[in-house]
Amino acid sequence: MTARIALGLALIAALWAGPGARAETIVAGLSQNAVSITTNFDGSEILIYGAVKRDGPVTANKPLEVIITVEGPSLPMTIRRKDRRHGIWINTAAVTVDSAPTFYAVATTGPLTRVLKDTDNLRHRITIPRVIRAVGLTEEAADAADFVLAYLRLQDEAGVYRVDQGAVELLEETLFRTDVELPANLTDGEYRVRIFLTRDGRVIDTQERVIGVRKAGVERFLFNLAQEQPLLSGLLSVLMAVLAGWLASTAFRLIRS
Amino acid sequence: MQLYLPIAEVSVNAFLLLGIGGIVGFLSGMFGVGGGFLITPLLFFIGIPPAVAVATGANQVVASSVSGVLAQVRRRAVDFHMGLVLLLGGLCGSGLGIWVFARLTALGQVDLFVQLSYVLFLGLIGMMMFQESLRSLLRARGNAPVRRARVHTWVHRLPFKMKFRASGLYISVLPPLMVGALVGFLAAIMGVGGGFIMVPAMIYLLGMPTKVVVGTSLFQIIFVTAFTTVMHAVTNQTVDMLLALLLIIGGVVGAQLGTQVGVRLKAEQLRILLSLLVLAVAIKIALDLLLQPAELYSFTPGRLP
Repeated sequence: MTARIALGLALIAALWAGPGARAETIVAGLSQNAVSITTNFDGSEILIYGAVKRDGPVTANKPLEVIITVEGPSLPMTIRRKDRRHGIWINTAAVTVDSAPTFYAVATTGPLTRVLKDTDNLRHRITIPRVIRAVGLTEEAADAADFVLAYLRLQDEAGVYRVDQGAVELLEETLFRTDVELPANLTDGEYRVRIFLTRDGRVIDTQERVIGVRKAGVERFLFNLAQEQPLLSGLLSVLMAVLAGWLASTAFRLIRS
Repeated sequence: MQLYLPIAEVSVNAFLLLGIGGIVGFLSGMFGVGGGFLITPLLFFIGIPPAVAVATGANQVVASSVSGVLAQVRRRAVDFHMGLVLLLGGLCGSGLGIWVFARLTALGQVDLFVQLSYVLFLGLIGMMMFQESLRSLLRARGNAPVRRARVHTWVHRLPFKMKFRASGLYISVLPPLMVGALVGFLAAIMGVGGGFIMVPAMIYLLGMPTKVVVGTSLFQIIFVTAFTTVMHAVTNQTVDMLLALLLIIGGVVGAQLGTQVGVRLKAEQLRILLSLLVLAVAIKIALDLLLQPAELYSFTPGRLP
């Protein structure tokens, strides 16, 4: 009985949403799906493009909007605040955020308030404050929200979290493209690219792609050595230092004589 | 030319790193200090994560000390006997220091403790050296007879006497052992080689001639910082070899040039310059603690311990 009611409700909802709205889907591509961090890596630009596939002509009267997000691997973060104690400024309070992305970019076709409703933002976790998972913050400090706001501000100033409203170009409600700039200080891991189609602030279709960011060449070798053979890596570092010191000393003696 | 550093995970200008290594190496060769108290704050300043800066800084100090000490060995300005005795004390002290450091980390106030000990020791030693070297500089200018302190104190009545030929000393091994242990302890806590404490301690506490002080200090710093580097590599994986290589190339060249300049300067001038440098760093750190910072919030990856 309940199943039948649910089915009926779903049918009504589908009809109410209109025939055109459900029939629009994303066909997307990336200029590259892997980024190699080599020694001379100085940031990278990724082109995200695509088209909207339709079964019939556009019937909705609200304009189509596109939102694109790029999200780096997440880490827990500890945010600290300094206070004056006995005349000196020291870290007194700290708040831990369970999971915060190491990079996050949002690009849209227009102002976020117009292209996205709060309820859909909450469901799909699109904007930066919605992505950060901060469970049980209030237990750590009374003004925990201030810590998270300060963190968002710091990352925004560092160019790590960015919102580019109007950076997505949309042609004839069909073709869209945007460039997302990846900074030089990337953490390696999987970068999630999400594309959302919205009408009247409601998400009507989503697509997901992954960009693999990996250290390559010398970078990869040195990183793996430090992780897997720490003692050997430490001894090699010291050996390198001793050799360099000896070489410089000998070279200078030869120059002088 | 931008370079991406594999462990620090930041992209930095290669020539900037060569320059920092060079400046610190130059001062290191000139004064016989490792330069750890300079290179670590400089690396923080250009955006290297603190843990990587401390560990890699120690590695750079190994190189500039080797380069400097070889130049001193040729001038017969290293007292190996004294160096070994100091080192023995130093290793005991640093073992204790690493234990205390771990206890403080567990309590969560290690940053503050490190900063306060920097201000206290750098300030105290800088002031003492500045006062003393200024006085002897003025005395030398006035052509007054220079008196060397040959007063016999309790130090000279201790047992286990040993001859330190290069220093021209015949004293008990206990004071150098104690000095070494004290320096090793502080070095482990403050994350530096300890040259800036060792140099004045050798001059004022042990009465060693300034000529051999620089070489002997560098000699024992090599071992202390090599030990620190390996410890950091094993426990935290924070030694960035690419960063170290650039700092080292700058550092060893700088150290050679610094030694050349150091030889030409008078001992008093050398000491007055070192004391000014030490005081400048102490004042900078003290101001950081006393003035309201522009940004109250900071963040680090990871959870609270």
